[in-house]
Amino acid sequence: MLGVITGFIDELRSSGIPVSMVETIDAMRALEAVEIADRTALREALRATLVKNLRHERAFDTAFDVYFSTLPPPPIAETGEGRAGSDPSHGQGGAGDGDFDLDALIDSLLEAMAGLDEDALRRGAREAVDRLAGMEPGRPVGGTYYLYRTLRRLDIARLEARLLEALLAEADLSDFERRLLDEEIEARLDLLRVEIQEEIRRRLVADRGREAVARTLRRPLVEDVDLMHATTNDLVEMEAAIGPLTRKLAARLARRRKKRAGRLDFRRTVRRSLATGGVPVDPQFRHPRPHRPEVWLLCDISGSMATFSRFTLQFTHAMSTHFSKLRSFAFVDTIDEVTDFFGPGVDFGSAVNRITNEAEVVWLDGHSDYGNSLETFHTRYGRQLTPRTTLIITGDARNNYRPARDAFLGDIAKAARAVIWLNPEPHAYWDTGDSTMSHYARHCTSVHEVRTLRQLEKFVEELTLPGWWLAGNR
Amino acid sequence: MELTSPQQVADALTAADYLPDARIAQVVFLANRLDKPVLVEGPAGVGKTELAKAMAAVTDRRLIRLQCYEGLDEAKALYEWNYKKQLLRIQADVDHDWDTISHDIFAEEFLLTRPLLEAIRSPEPVVLLIDEVDRVEVETEALLLEVLSDFQVSIPELGTMEAASRPLVFLTSNNTRELSEALKRRCLFLHIDYPDPARETRILAARVPGLSAHLAEQVARVARSIRSLDLKKAPSVSETIDWARTLLALSIEEVDEAVLGDTLHVLLKYQTDIEKAAKELTSNPAG
Repeated sequence: MLGVITGFIDELRSSGIPVSMVETIDAMRALEAVEIADRTALREALRATLVKNLRHERAFDTAFDVYFSTLPPPPIAETGEGRAGSDPSHGQGGAGDGDFDLDALIDSLLEAMAGLDEDALRRGAREAVDRLAGMEPGRPVGGTYYLYRTLRRLDIARLEARLLEALLAEADLSDFERRLLDEEIEARLDLLRVEIQEEIRRRLVADRGREAVARTLRRPLVEDVDLMHATTNDLVEMEAAIGPLTRKLAARLARRRKKRAGRLDFRRTVRRSLATGGVPVDPQFRHPRPHRPEVWLLCDISGSMATFSRFTLQFTHAMSTHFSKLRSFAFVDTIDEVTDFFGPGVDFGSAVNRITNEAEVVWLDGHSDYGNSLETFHTRYGRQLTPRTTLIITGDARNNYRPARDAFLGDIAKAARAVIWLNPEPHAYWDTGDSTMSHYARHCTSVHEVRTLRQLEKFVEELTLPGWWLAGNR
Repeated sequence: MELTSPQQVADALTAADYLPDARIAQVVFLANRLDKPVLVEGPAGVGKTELAKAMAAVTDRRLIRLQCYEGLDEAKALYEWNYKKQLLRIQADVDHDWDTISHDIFAEEFLLTRPLLEAIRSPEPVVLLIDEVDRVEVETEALLLEVLSDFQVSIPELGTMEAASRPLVFLTSNNTRELSEALKRRCLFLHIDYPDPARETRILAARVPGLSAHLAEQVARVARSIRSLDLKKAPSVSETIDWARTLLALSIEEVDEAVLGDTLHVLLKYQTDIEKAAKELTSNPAG
């Protein structure tokens, strides 16, 4: 058991979850206190002690399934024929076996789902995997293929229809009732999917060993997913992390140098001087006014940046709740202000729709043109820049071989307090092909590679801006 | 009450009208067994604070609550010297020399205990609830560390005060910011999410007396449906309870589109959300 636990913790660490020594000891102490034959107890004891971040729970669950799929054997009332088919080397059996009755299996699965009978469902899932998955030993796969094969052979669409029939109390349903019922059915089908997947994992582990399967299933944590290729699921998970991050960024941008004091407070200085016989030994200063950062965001929303721009827009949306003076702009080959689309109480999806439909970001052909966008920005909004304005530009600086016209960015940078460029491409790709990063970089206060959420967090963490006191005094 | 198994924790909490799922019962049991604080995280209104209150009721302990906010400091969280009383002490006593007095005024008599110190010093064990810990600044978090890991408070003038009894500690967080690693390391982590319809049905039945089983189930399913939409603020458990109470007060037996359209504002608090849910769930998009 100890070996499995240390292996499990190793696996958590390899997938990027920080597990400290203290937490390992806590986990061991927790295991002494719980009934380790109880899978739920084991899972929750390990989860509570080892995983301290919601974002890491998915990776934890995967690793747990792999490492403990066989250890406490799932509590199943054994059926008459024993566990004949559970040896993975015999997993070949396809639907052609003589005594196998697919319809009977489907019937029993239906019954289990309609009655929410977990044991029956597990038994059915086991048989389904036995007969339908056609698992081949030794193949380095994660099991998704087997899952779909099993589900396809079970004919999930028909299963859904028949489950609907079974659960349908009255024939005449309004749209609303129908929707609720559909969701219930979907939830119950999910139970079946989970059971089948667990069964498949169990067999994969028996076949290839824990470490190998865990390695196949390992996926990057949300904070390490490449923003340019994030899936919709990833983006949803990231959304939860963006809120805290923007709050921190807001705090960073508003932070001031500690030493800086405000103007001399004459009244208080004189009053203090009474203690020293009228000699103003201890000059008093006014408290400096709290700094109100002005942030302007410029996002490239061209096609090549589709996923990344969705992320940056999400970021913008979240930022708009923290900065009263946030202005946002979107550009492809020309630029338009989109601040109003993110007004208070606006839902993110509709804001994105309005931006793609209403904002005038395409001038010629809809390919990125940073030069023209910057020029347009300079002529239209350049005069509104103040020494308090921080400009954040997000984009890959891929200009489709058009002139960079970076002098405009130079002018903009002179008028603003700082220009920060966030580039979602790996540093090594900058200035290759049509990327003109270095042209723009020399006008920027700082340029950062922000390819993952982790890098964005690091950027926010380390952000210090120049010219604080300048900004206040001018 | 002695807590001997997760099942017993679950039963006791259920008796106190808090319906835990397997995870909650397990973590609370472990926290009690290992003497570790629990960091409870989750969306607003899923019963994070309620859990601490219920545990206080179950274990028959006093609940000491520290509400966190921006700007919370040592003097509000740990202890403070009662300097007015100290001044009086000095003025009242002119006969003694300074050494005796200065020794005297830093005695426990002049100490004002704040929630953390109070929890530590309480002779009988208590439940300590540190609410919305994500609201304090990172620097202030450090104040909590000594209490959380060693159940002690160091006061320079008096020395270290150790816990007379081990309190059961709950910290809650809405995850508005990432808490420090040091804090997380000292806690067990418990994420509470919106309950599944089966559990929510039971919660409704427990919290809204007189609600029919059928209606409770319907309410829970509608809640799940609405939570699956992409909303600014998904309805919390407390809001579904409010909604169930509203339905009961209006003596409605069956939730249909019209009822939902009329009472959505109880579940959802943003106009855009109400419009969106009305559009998705009912055929007549009412405001």
